[in-house]
Amino acid sequence: MAILVDGNTKVLCQGITGSFGAFHTKGCHDYGTKLVGGVTPGKGGTTNPDGIPIFDTVREAVDETGADATMIFVPPPFAADAILEAADAGVSVVCAITEGIPVQDMVRTRAILKDYPDIVLIGPNCPGIITPGRRVSGQGAEAVFEDGCKIGIMPGYIHTAKADAATGKAIGVISRSGTLTYEAVWQTSVLGIGQSTCVGIGGDPVRGAGFIDLVERFEADPDTDGIIVIGEIGGTDEIEAAHWIKSNVKKPVAAFIAGRTAPPGKRMGHAGAIIGGAEDTAEAKIAAFRECGIQVAESPSDLGSTMALALGIEVATV
Amino acid sequence: MKIHEYQARQLLADAGIPVPAGSMVETVSDAVAEAERLFTGGETLVVTKAQVHAGGRGKAGFVKLIQSMEEAKEAAEFMLGNRMVSVQTGPEGIEVKRLLVAAGVDIEKEFYLAVTLDRTTGVNTLIASAEGGVEIETVAHENPDAIVRQHIDPLTGLEGFQARALAKRLGFTGRQIGQAASIMVKLAKLYEDLDASMVEINPLILTPPSDDAPEGRVMAIDAKFSFDDNALFRQPRLQAMQDPAEENPSEVRAEEAGLSYVALDGNIGCLVNGAGLAMSTMDIVKLHGGEPANFLDVGGSASKEAVTEAFRIILGDGRVQGVLVNIFGGIMKCDTIANAIVEAAKEVGFEVPLVVRLEGTNVDAARDILEAAKKDIPTMQTAEDLADAAGKVCTAVA
Repeated sequence: MAILVDGNTKVLCQGITGSFGAFHTKGCHDYGTKLVGGVTPGKGGTTNPDGIPIFDTVREAVDETGADATMIFVPPPFAADAILEAADAGVSVVCAITEGIPVQDMVRTRAILKDYPDIVLIGPNCPGIITPGRRVSGQGAEAVFEDGCKIGIMPGYIHTAKADAATGKAIGVISRSGTLTYEAVWQTSVLGIGQSTCVGIGGDPVRGAGFIDLVERFEADPDTDGIIVIGEIGGTDEIEAAHWIKSNVKKPVAAFIAGRTAPPGKRMGHAGAIIGGAEDTAEAKIAAFRECGIQVAESPSDLGSTMALALGIEVATV
Repeated sequence: MKIHEYQARQLLADAGIPVPAGSMVETVSDAVAEAERLFTGGETLVVTKAQVHAGGRGKAGFVKLIQSMEEAKEAAEFMLGNRMVSVQTGPEGIEVKRLLVAAGVDIEKEFYLAVTLDRTTGVNTLIASAEGGVEIETVAHENPDAIVRQHIDPLTGLEGFQARALAKRLGFTGRQIGQAASIMVKLAKLYEDLDASMVEINPLILTPPSDDAPEGRVMAIDAKFSFDDNALFRQPRLQAMQDPAEENPSEVRAEEAGLSYVALDGNIGCLVNGAGLAMSTMDIVKLHGGEPANFLDVGGSASKEAVTEAFRIILGDGRVQGVLVNIFGGIMKCDTIANAIVEAAKEVGFEVPLVVRLEGTNVDAARDILEAAKKDIPTMQTAEDLADAAGKVCTAVA
């Protein structure tokens, strides 16, 4: 078990013939994801180098392959339309990797998605979602996995399935940042803690699934033993999540907030990472987590150890 | 992206929102001519304002009320002939190239009007207050009930009846209600049409009753816009309004190379992949007692050339006394970074201490490249992990 996706999930790639889409389709396919098709308008009827069929529309792809998830690499001007096309075709997990979608496009898209309550949008501007597979052979970047589902751009090999974890425990990871997610995954993997599912919710101000949506799923997932929440400056989602966790979550939770040294009013890479006032600073968010009894990592190098501590796992100090 | 006040005024005027008469000038003689035009037209008070993005103009003497042609000349000569120094410009100040010369308007009452994104709901929101002329944050803090809000339906826009209700709540009466509501609807549409992330009219004013407007007139005196950089590709009018002279030159250069860079005040240059990790790297430098000189996210798929350019930008900052490279290779391959370090060492040279922490994809190949280059880059150290890297660079710089 995991959340949202697993080894049986059938995945499409929208924008499969673009350079990013093609590269990451291969990465996901190689990881063992059931990548059943791609969509590029005008290229229907062809296949990619691995023999994956390409369709003109998402609807056709779903009808032919039974796909239930999609990853979107469509360029920013057309990405919001691609999200809506996926939703309208009934794909239940829509993962928008594209960075740089105009905010107003997402405002409109989110309003329309209210008519599709069963669809979960992950992102945009995110690394994607992964439910790690079991390691079959090999080490490091050469490792081979089975029965996992990697939808997105994250390096698969740093993840550890619960079955392979030395501690026998696995955590759920929710993060607004890509590389910081990898950092959390790597640090927990090194400590023998696996991951049930990792979700990058993205760095944009208007996005699909948020912290609370996913924490709720992890809390209900029997294979998730703890949750790490990685936020950053901008918006107040983390503060609302902290209070929600306090009232609703029994599993151990650890948190980290990036951007304590970020100056106000400056966009720090992510479109959504900008301090607007006193409410959306790192300090305000860290304070909210602590008030709600959630352990917060002081430093990005303590993500793994803070999570371990919350799980009651002893970490040998080096 | 930000624009000048005179450009903001023009956007409002073109959308049918009333603004005082006036125009932008670039020379003393044009400033005088514009003042003359306004005085001749019956104005008794004219305001001259320096057009720069930095705030603090009033205190610096770069906003002046003038009542004669002589004063108009003096004000223009002073503003165009001196660098403006304010709390926001730094001690070296900035050159003023343009002035706005506009009619001064009698004010009966001031209001505040803005449209921005409500991130919690993902819906645009009109925010208004009957306490104009002051910072909205101050009002929010001291008198939150004075602020009224209206969500704007993303699919249909702000409706007239919603705007009229807001206008009434702000205290407008009679004909003023229609005028204020019309401004609100136009402003909401302008915000959406231009892909703004924030538009603020402060103050929106009501003029005293006059013969031609017995109930007074509602108009915008000053406006600020900021725009969504993601949408600039479809906003040719805004592209033309960009003023590179107002931007940090290193930030402009980084943008051209596809890098995300923000200049800060410290002395430890940071080169990182990913925005969250880049922010965290600044944070950990600070935790170890150092001060980051910049935020720099090379992105997930930067080429060797882009990363080399990143090193040029960091090393071109004279305050940088040490460089920290922190890469978690996912899509970004660690050997790409290692090769860029070798390239940058050849081309610009690392006079200052360099600490490199690499993890992830192709890390072994990268370590081999750096090991082989060590003799040519004597200031380089490698680090085991993030904490080790931060510790080493802070020690080296201290």
